[in-house]
Amino acid sequence: MSADLAIETHGMSREFSGVTAVDQVDLAITTGSIYGFLGPNGCGKSTSIRMLTGLLTPSAGEIKVLGENLFGAEERIRRRIGYMTQKFSLYDNLSVLENLEFVARIYGLKRSERRSRLAELLSLYELAGREKQLAGSMSGGQKQRLALAAATLHRPELLFLDEPTSAVDPENRREFWERLFDLCDQGTTILVSTHYMDEAERCHGLAILERGIKRADGSPQQLMDAMNAQVIEVAGEDLRSLKQALVKLPEVLSAAQIGSRLRVLVDRKIADPKRWLTPQVAQRSLISVPPSLEDVFVTCTGGDRHVA
Amino acid sequence: MLLRIWAVVVKELRQLSRDRMTFGMIVMIPLVQLMLFGYAINTDARHLPAGVVNLSDSAYAPRIVAAMQASQVVDFKFNYASLKEAEAAITKGEVKSVLYLPPDLAERLVRHPSASGGQYLAQPVGQWLVDGSDTVVAATIKTLRQMPLYDVMDLPPIDTVPSFEVVQYFNPEQRSVVNIVPGLLGVILTMTMVMFTSAAIVREREQGNMEFLITTPVRPMELMVGKIMPYVLVGLIQVTIVLGAGHVLFDVPFRGGIDSMALASLLFICASLTLGLVISTIAKTQLQSMQLTIFILLPSILLSGFMFPYEAMPMAAQWIAEALPATHFMRMSRAIVLRDAEVMDLSLDALWLLGFTAIGLLVASLRFSKRLD
Repeated sequence: MSADLAIETHGMSREFSGVTAVDQVDLAITTGSIYGFLGPNGCGKSTSIRMLTGLLTPSAGEIKVLGENLFGAEERIRRRIGYMTQKFSLYDNLSVLENLEFVARIYGLKRSERRSRLAELLSLYELAGREKQLAGSMSGGQKQRLALAAATLHRPELLFLDEPTSAVDPENRREFWERLFDLCDQGTTILVSTHYMDEAERCHGLAILERGIKRADGSPQQLMDAMNAQVIEVAGEDLRSLKQALVKLPEVLSAAQIGSRLRVLVDRKIADPKRWLTPQVAQRSLISVPPSLEDVFVTCTGGDRHVA
Repeated sequence: MLLRIWAVVVKELRQLSRDRMTFGMIVMIPLVQLMLFGYAINTDARHLPAGVVNLSDSAYAPRIVAAMQASQVVDFKFNYASLKEAEAAITKGEVKSVLYLPPDLAERLVRHPSASGGQYLAQPVGQWLVDGSDTVVAATIKTLRQMPLYDVMDLPPIDTVPSFEVVQYFNPEQRSVVNIVPGLLGVILTMTMVMFTSAAIVREREQGNMEFLITTPVRPMELMVGKIMPYVLVGLIQVTIVLGAGHVLFDVPFRGGIDSMALASLLFICASLTLGLVISTIAKTQLQSMQLTIFILLPSILLSGFMFPYEAMPMAAQWIAEALPATHFMRMSRAIVLRDAEVMDLSLDALWLLGFTAIGLLVASLRFSKRLD
């Protein structure tokens, strides 16, 4: 057990009446980092987070959170973690201030401490002036900031965020990530689940999950470097039929149209993919480009041939 | 720990104050039910619709009918020519009872003990045909069986000494409402208290608040106690409304001590609230919790002694009744309000309610797991 791991799991699994939602997941998440779970809906992201917060009992495997075995120490660990649920879980018929006061009292903050902490959070999360507004009448972005304020009120060492930006517009998402980096800067370890590539790219470390299985783990750069494919973009006419022809080749892992280009992932075994591809694409032009996280995702999950 | 309970109490009170509908029900349910039951429930039947089949030409016949009418028990509305017609009228529901006066009424009257002093083999002078399906109606008509006839026949009254004298304590005028109001208190509290808390936990689960709440350090027992405390206050307000309005509108006396009544109410309110909490940990949806509430409410009305005397029920039903908090409270509230008893005189019922609350809280806390699986 390394001291600088905030989360460590071995063979973490969970079944729901015969269906395996999470299958033998090993995690080692460094303290002070932002770690992402990337995967489609139903890949086991939420189930994993619920097991790590002690809400679900794993069917098998070991979980260590903040250096302690989770099982049996849930209550002690819960004081040190924060959890922002996927669905807004504060009270719609309480005001911003009333919601935060409730959470502060639950965490045992005394009156003076409470007042200063709430004032701090209200200004930090730009909720000042809205203290009396009912939470139910706020916009998606405001609700999300309120939920983050509530989840971080007791200054948790470890923060879980389950698809925090699913109800938020892109601009608010950028802002939200700035706040996450601020928290990270203060030493908070953050585990965030997402199905957005751009969000995943911001994480220090990343696990790609598919059908409960961890397909890849590492920093975005490591994942891109270790990808078993090279990316060639083809420009020209009639890309739809070219795509149909290319995906039939076993060396082509995926072909997806992006605007007026076709992005082709060629197996790494091919030494010079550009030359190899030239006879296949007739007169069209070829250009070799660096891989993106989406390419990693596509090659990891193998969802290319039937999806794209 | 106290701070966390207080946090839940404040939260519940604030949510309650936002919920106008529930807020209104706290006051309106007791008032409306009190009016409804106070005026409607009456076990002394009066002015039952009746008919007459008079086959005699005796001059006494109209006098007998007039004497019956004067008793206010029946209201003669129809005359029928034959017994057959009368039976058909009862079947139709036109009348509840029919007085049959036979052709030989005059002879029967002469031979009747009240006229003859008992020297003949006596026969009844007439007959009542009654729709006996309703036992209250039947019992009321039965009281006419022994109606004295000396008035009708202008004879001097015969002094009959009753075998026993009956002295009616606490409700000498025999008004049903006096007994109904303190009992109604139990029914109204069962309904509102169980209903308010039976949805308490389920609602948080349905609205998605639970997933956040269970990752906080709040303990199940703190959550349970915090959830019922605001409603204790609500229950005490309702007790005040029912007893106050019962006194003003129906002249129901309040003989016992306020302190005894407050203590008894408090015990019952806590027992009902924890019963609701247990339901809330069993039900998966708010609809289910409502159904379970009604499942508790019906026996609380019918078996608790509110409608029918506890002593008249078979043993098995009495056991079920004993299990319901309402039965114990019904006994206590009637004893305190009508008979000036003290809680100490009713210590068994009080202890039972206390035990019920403690066990209920424990069960609810144990059933409430801070997990999702």
